Amino acid sequence: MDCGTDPAGLRVVGMSSDRIIQVGRDILSKNNRIAAENRARFVADDLVVYNLLSSPGAGKTSLLVRALSELKRKIPVGVIEGDQQTSNDAERIRATGVPAVQINTGKGCHLDAAMVGQAYRLLPPLNGGILFIENVGNLVCPAAFDLGEACKIVVFSTTEGEDKPLKYPDIFAASSLMLINKIDLAPMVDFDLNRTIEFVTRVSPNIEVLPVSARTGEGFGALYGWLQKQPAHRRHLVEDTTG
Amino acid sequence: MALCEGIMEIVEEEARRRSFSKVRTVCVEIGALSHVDAEAMKFCFPVVAVRTIADGAVLEIVELPGVAWCMACSRSVEIAQRYAPCPCCGSYKLQVTAGEKMRLKELEID
Ligand SMILES: Nc1nc2c(ncn2[C@@H]2O[C@H](COP(=O)(O)OP(=O)(O)O)[C@@H](O)[C@H]2O)c(=O)[nH]1
Ligand SMILES: [Mg+2]
Ligand SMILES: [Zn+2]
Ligand SMILES: [Zn+2]
Repeated sequence: MDCGTDPAGLRVVGMSSDRIIQVGRDILSKNNRIAAENRARFVADDLVVYNLLSSPGAGKTSLLVRALSELKRKIPVGVIEGDQQTSNDAERIRATGVPAVQINTGKGCHLDAAMVGQAYRLLPPLNGGILFIENVGNLVCPAAFDLGEACKIVVFSTTEGEDKPLKYPDIFAASSLMLINKIDLAPMVDFDLNRTIEFVTRVSPNIEVLPVSARTGEGFGALYGWLQKQPAHRRHLVEDTTG
Repeated sequence: MALCEGIMEIVEEEARRRSFSKVRTVCVEIGALSHVDAEAMKFCFPVVAVRTIADGAVLEIVELPGVAWCMACSRSVEIAQRYAPCPCCGSYKLQVTAGEKMRLKELEID
């Protein structure tokens, strides 16, 4: 099939005059480029950014509401809301006194880097703090769209079935932390923590797992501890300059 | 849908850069471990391409295998899905090394 390449990058196939142009570009390159710009901006602003992913209703907003009330007393915090499950997610955040920008994703099933870059400009300065991005409730394509975050956190809940990590491996493989929310319901739904951990480490060997309850506050001490020890933005800075 | 739009963006950029105005075939490479459903892409591409320079173009999809490094047997193995065990030793301690990307490989133009 390969009949030689001319200097312009055109290849003549067989006897026809069909022209083949070699492209070789990553389909996500545009998003990745904007994500890298976001990341550089976040690092310059000394901000750690987390991209929160889950199925609809796993409890992302509830977790944020509880955690923000505590975190805001110590450091600047802000939220970019992409979840439209309930249209008042940003309102629920603002009720805690934390600034939030709602992104209107329309029928979109994920956030992309350009949306986040624009929304970020609408937030007050958060230097030295944490920005949470609540992604659209969807376990499929958000895995492919880098937003410029330091890392991804996947929220899984005890009512979803232990084998979810096997059904949507990409999201779990891309995440640094898995929060197992609604742990207060574990006895009612016969939730098997060990089985869940076994499945998730199969698809994501290095993921950390924390059981929590946005309802009772169980596990939040461990979550604050995890957030505190993240040198995530610096790690990314190093990756960016070497790769 | 967003991925098909990503393809069209690259096609149109290439068209401007290399000045062509009609695309007959768009060939993309999809890694077995990328987040893409090839069937869904085949379905949505013609819709996104309507009234563009790739209107009516054929979308050719080349699927590339997933490759991972098995930490237990210290070698490269082929895997079909991310959560698959090593086909040699059955271990789940694998580091994916290839098959995660999706690339627009080449265009056939008029
Ligand atoms: N029992 C229980 N319910 C919860 C918990 N966290 C969230 N919920 C409920 O789950 C539903 C969805 O929560 P929400 O935070 O809106 O989920 P999101 O779509 O991921 O943002 C709401 O009815 C919450 O009250 C929890 O830890 N325990
Ligand atoms: Mg929500
Ligand atoms: Zn999507
Ligand atoms: Zn092996």
